[in-house]
Amino acid sequence: MYGKGILKGLSVTWKRFWDTYTEDISWMVRGKKRYNTQEGIAHRSSKDTKGIFTVQYPEEQLIQPEEFRYVPFLVYDEGEEGKKEIRCTSCGICAKVCPPQCIWIVRTNDPSTGRPVPVPTNFYIDMDICMNCGFCAEYCPFDAIKMDHDFDIASYERNVYNLEKLLKPASYYNSIRPENAAREDEARRAKEALKAAKAEAKPAAAA
Amino acid sequence: MAAPASTQTVDLVARFPDSVSADARPGYTGFIVKKENLLEVATAIRDEFGYDLLTAVTGVDYIAENKMEVVYHAYKTTGGAGLTFKVQVDRVDPVEVPSVVGIWAGADFQEREAWDLLGIKFTGHPDLRRILMWEGYEGHPLRKDWKEPFFEEEAKPFKSRWPDGQHTFAENKNPFRDNLKFPEGFDPEAYQPENEDDLYASLERFRSKGENDRLKTDHIVVNMGPHHPSTHGVLRVAVTLDGETITGLKPVMGYLHRNHDKIGERNTYLQIIPYTDRLDYFNSMSNNFGYVTTIEKLMKIPVAERAEYIRVIMAELSRIQNHLIFIGMLMNDLGTMYTPSLYAFEERELVLDIFEAVSGARMMCNYFRFGGVVRDIPDFAMQKIKDLVFDRLPAKTDEMERFLNENEVLVARLKGIHVLNAEDAIKYSVTGPVLRAAGVPYDLRRAEPYSVYDRFDFDVAVRHNADMMDNYLIRFDEIRQSLRILEQAIKQIPEGPINSQKPAYQVRVPAGEAYGRIESPKGELGFYVVSNGKPNPYRYHVRPASFVNLQAVESMCIGAKIADFVALLAMFDIVMGELDR
Ligand code: SF4
Ligand code: SF4
Repeated sequence: MYGKGILKGLSVTWKRFWDTYTEDISWMVRGKKRYNTQEGIAHRSSKDTKGIFTVQYPEEQLIQPEEFRYVPFLVYDEGEEGKKEIRCTSCGICAKVCPPQCIWIVRTNDPSTGRPVPVPTNFYIDMDICMNCGFCAEYCPFDAIKMDHDFDIASYERNVYNLEKLLKPASYYNSIRPENAAREDEARRAKEALKAAKAEAKPAAAA
Repeated sequence: MAAPASTQTVDLVARFPDSVSADARPGYTGFIVKKENLLEVATAIRDEFGYDLLTAVTGVDYIAENKMEVVYHAYKTTGGAGLTFKVQVDRVDPVEVPSVVGIWAGADFQEREAWDLLGIKFTGHPDLRRILMWEGYEGHPLRKDWKEPFFEEEAKPFKSRWPDGQHTFAENKNPFRDNLKFPEGFDPEAYQPENEDDLYASLERFRSKGENDRLKTDHIVVNMGPHHPSTHGVLRVAVTLDGETITGLKPVMGYLHRNHDKIGERNTYLQIIPYTDRLDYFNSMSNNFGYVTTIEKLMKIPVAERAEYIRVIMAELSRIQNHLIFIGMLMNDLGTMYTPSLYAFEERELVLDIFEAVSGARMMCNYFRFGGVVRDIPDFAMQKIKDLVFDRLPAKTDEMERFLNENEVLVARLKGIHVLNAEDAIKYSVTGPVLRAAGVPYDLRRAEPYSVYDRFDFDVAVRHNADMMDNYLIRFDEIRQSLRILEQAIKQIPEGPINSQKPAYQVRVPAGEAYGRIESPKGELGFYVVSNGKPNPYRYHVRPASFVNLQAVESMCIGAKIADFVALLAMFDIVMGELDR
């Protein structure tokens, strides 16, 4: 019969239409909210979601996985009296690995000796050129540069971030990437312990 | 496990002792053919040795040796290793090499590209015009002595970035026009765009040979695109019409050209990976796959066992979402606005969720590294993959088929509209689903297995009618096969490290050349890389499936109705990011 295929197809759209509303109603009956809640969004991006599962951006946002990356930022540890202990040593690896070459680093030199000091005088990243690849964070040996989750940075000007604008506290980093931060802290502690043990062993051996 | 280096199965030197010699440079393979004998040798390669598919043609500018080289990669559609042969000519303009279009029609666009970007003139080419740049453009950008307008240094990393990097906008440092080269006597103020006589003249060739004797009709030229919703991006197609019938057709491309090859040659090996994401932006995982396999071939390093499986999982998930989108977009092209394509996009979103969880980005994944991948799949993402592969995607594929396959309007539009027969497809170097829908079971995962594809049990999807319906249905077949591969990969994936190498931001690549290829969802995606031992590739060339496949569009559409053209074009599943590079 001509039209059977069309009707068969329409049954699929009809089912989707039906599912969309029955899903909403069943959530309502169970006293839960399908929209604007983390639970609702998580369910809508799981395999069991039925009907239309649009996430109503910007009122709602998809849950960002820990690895989500947008633009980089620099991490500082909070020292005493709010002193910012910048992790970056201005070693320049991130500037070298950056594919579009959008990182500029001014290394600090000791004025008396002229020797480099492991802290950047300034640090620029051209966020309009950054291709969000994550290489800088991946290859930084000091866990000093990390990828941010905050993607609302559209503006009318060109976004060149300097050191001041790039710095964010370690607590912020820990909050957006808890697992990574814990793993890295662990590795750093182990490394320091090893170093301390070695330093201790040295005078002992000398004695 | 890297595939064994392609062994030379033919002894071309024995057959042509006077005109062919083996390429003896360290790290190189293949044969060097004398320019005068190229056509004779090429004919023998095709007819006597059976290399019917010429996949890649490209040039290399060996400026130090004052040589230009054209490199050909020929394969057999029955599978197996390929044959590489080269022609060397002096680097004195005009650089001339005989065209092999008469032997493999599939050399057409790639020779035009080599002419455009490297300035190699292919004598005997029927339509040697620029292809990515515009007529009237000065210079050949891939030559080693050509510099781009915002040129800073020969190779990255640039010295100005560290240790005393002061931020400057590139456009301030190199104001517009300061380092542009113009032809002599050219006045940019008085510039008028070239007229396009050449393009239209090339259309003339097809102006109806058997004149319509009943009624004298005029042919009209219709330009579709570059801003046309159905050309899948900024592709422009000039068509001549006799009534509703297409009598001539020429694609015009390059509107999204950014010289990916040149960018690659300025980059270090690692830095290229995120750029490959931007080729076929629907399948960044496949692009990464193709590129890292090629470099691993050059570096001769093994790949971590677990990473091989992760790669396969990602590549196959990517194929599934690509084919779903293909189906959805085809429906758009046929006039079924939005519903099917949105259904396809829904499933794609779930796949992209997985990509985001493992790589950090939904589309620009940048996930593969030499020797493995960046990070392991997190547990929750693995669970999501299982949910999709074992549960949701099979059901949704069935649903999609129920939704569309029997729809009478769809069947009427697709059934019996001829796309390409096997002979033509091979002639034009078409690969991927279009070739398989013409009855040629040529799938690189089988024909020349890479990665761990030889461990999985799957069928190469083939259909035999070569019409639009088959081209459409074969995508469902491929989705099913991908799901099969995924099921096995998920079950077999071993524990272990995810990279065989220590993370390093500079890799050492020994001098030599390599051509690596994978079966991307759109066809064969190849990378030809020449290393001279420096941190940057000497030559980096992408052989995109979309670009090469598009060669067949002209002969495929002539005689078809203009109303079918959009759908015929859709069959190739072109993506401009890859086509224009
Ligand atoms: S951010 Fe890391 S890689 Fe970059 S200069 Fe600082 S310490 Fe080196
Ligand atoms: S994310 Fe990539 S492009 Fe952006 S600053 Fe870091 S290395 Fe450069």
